[in-house]
Amino acid sequence: MTHALKITNLKKTYDNGFQALKGIDLEVKKGDFFALLGANGAGKSTAIGIICSLVNKTDGDVNVFGYDLEADREAVQEHIGLVPQEFNFNIWEPVIEIILNQAGYYGIERPVARKRAEELLKHLNLWDKRDEQAQNLSGGMKRRLMIARALIHNPKLLILDEPTAGVDIEIRRSMWDFLSKLNQAGTTIILTTHYLEEAESMCNNIAILNKGEVVESTSMKELLSRLQVETFVLDLKEPLDIIPSDCELTIHQRDTSTIEVELDKTRSLNYLFETLSKHNIRVMSMRNKTNRLEELFIKLVEKSKEENTSIKSTSSEVTA
Amino acid sequence: MKPAQKLTAFKTILSKEVMRFLRIWVQTLVPPAITMTLYFVIFGNLIGSQIGDLDGFKYIEYIIPGLIMMSVITNSYSNVVSTFFTAKMFGHIQEMLISPVPNHIILMGYIGGGMARGLIVGLIVTLVSLFFSSLTIEHPIITIAVVVLTSMLFSIAGLINAIYAKSFDDITIIPTFVLTPLTYLGGVFYSINMLSEFWQNVSMVNPVLYMVNGFRYGILGVSDISPVASFSLLAVFIVALYGFAYYLLKKGVGIRS
Repeated sequence: MTHALKITNLKKTYDNGFQALKGIDLEVKKGDFFALLGANGAGKSTAIGIICSLVNKTDGDVNVFGYDLEADREAVQEHIGLVPQEFNFNIWEPVIEIILNQAGYYGIERPVARKRAEELLKHLNLWDKRDEQAQNLSGGMKRRLMIARALIHNPKLLILDEPTAGVDIEIRRSMWDFLSKLNQAGTTIILTTHYLEEAESMCNNIAILNKGEVVESTSMKELLSRLQVETFVLDLKEPLDIIPSDCELTIHQRDTSTIEVELDKTRSLNYLFETLSKHNIRVMSMRNKTNRLEELFIKLVEKSKEENTSIKSTSSEVTA
Repeated sequence: MKPAQKLTAFKTILSKEVMRFLRIWVQTLVPPAITMTLYFVIFGNLIGSQIGDLDGFKYIEYIIPGLIMMSVITNSYSNVVSTFFTAKMFGHIQEMLISPVPNHIILMGYIGGGMARGLIVGLIVTLVSLFFSSLTIEHPIITIAVVVLTSMLFSIAGLINAIYAKSFDDITIIPTFVLTPLTYLGGVFYSINMLSEFWQNVSMVNPVLYMVNGFRYGILGVSDISPVASFSLLAVFIVALYGFAYYLLKKGVGIRS
């Protein structure tokens, strides 16, 4: 058994008839740092809800470290820690009580729980706030509180549903650092996020959900290698009135001092600069127009939309 | 989970619940004491002095068991209904749902919390009543058994209400339109022997009547209902409602989509 999580033909139809998951298959390897991406309503939170026993599945199987969710629910629950998207702790309780109570639900005795809680809260810079009511914490602190709570029983699989939403960049980076260390120490992590650079920089494997279906499931490296063209935004040293017509690069002009250049992935950056120099275009600074993963994500989701539209129009023709 | 872990989980839920109502004691423990003091002054002393004896007891002595029971019922019910519904609304019920704590332990933890509040309030009201009348308990074991079982029953009922509730209105409808009328018509202030035969028969379908009278029998030694009937009814209702609450929790009604 090499997987931390294996999902087979997982389906969920809500009481109102909405089909949130249309039979997804997914496998996350032990020790992986896995990105689960998708637009709002793609089915990520439903899938996580089922894995964490918060949502009842309609059909399919969920297996966590060899334990079947239906047959061995307790064992599955002992292995998982969840950091949900929404703050869901009792805001009137002190920080330390929230953590200790969570430990208690896993049957961890208070003295042991206290020791672990102290370690976690110190790691996450919350120890000074331990006696503070949770409602008095800042947004970033609340997120870290939920991470500490999810880790109190030492889960082997940690699921984070948009853990850095609304968190400033400094705290976000410290959270990335903390999660990377946790993963290196052996904890399998599944991450959903809207910050695609976060997924790109941290995750080894990725699955993209769209409208309840897995549209892609592969390694991050493999996915990024599919990117054919990368677009760079260049700030120019001198204004450029007209783009040279004989230039070998595809250039779009934003304004007189900013251009966007498309570079085929078979070409090097040196080629880009040599070509621009040849046409007397001098560059002050450059950056990626969009995150690479973001470009792929949009392409995959759009492709899936087009396929659905094409299937729909075909079926309507047949019906007609 | 091993038995020791289950015990830890139970103690966690119970202590969390007890700490919750103790933390807000001004909202949870003081109001029933004030309300019951007013009942004792107005119904017991002022109006009661104009009323003759009932079953050989002064009116205030007669109503004290009923008023204690009324506080126990109301507080056991409202504790569980409010705390469980709040946990649902704010999402912290998920802390338990994702953990391996069994449904029986969740149920017992919440019921224990409701019982703790109901019984503490019952004790406070009993102490207040001593300022108005001397209290001797005829059958201590029956008294304790009835009050403990009644608080357990209404804690379970509160939990079921909370499971079904979708808004704050839903947690006040049952206490206002069902529980209060049943309690007031459950022989707290009168003996059903004072009613016509028809209304006596109607009163017999009110479960609260059995609990109030069972408790009154324990304290005063008099009752409109046989203590065996009181205990039987309590046992049947507790088993039935516990089974139902467990079924709802297992199915995830109102808490799992």
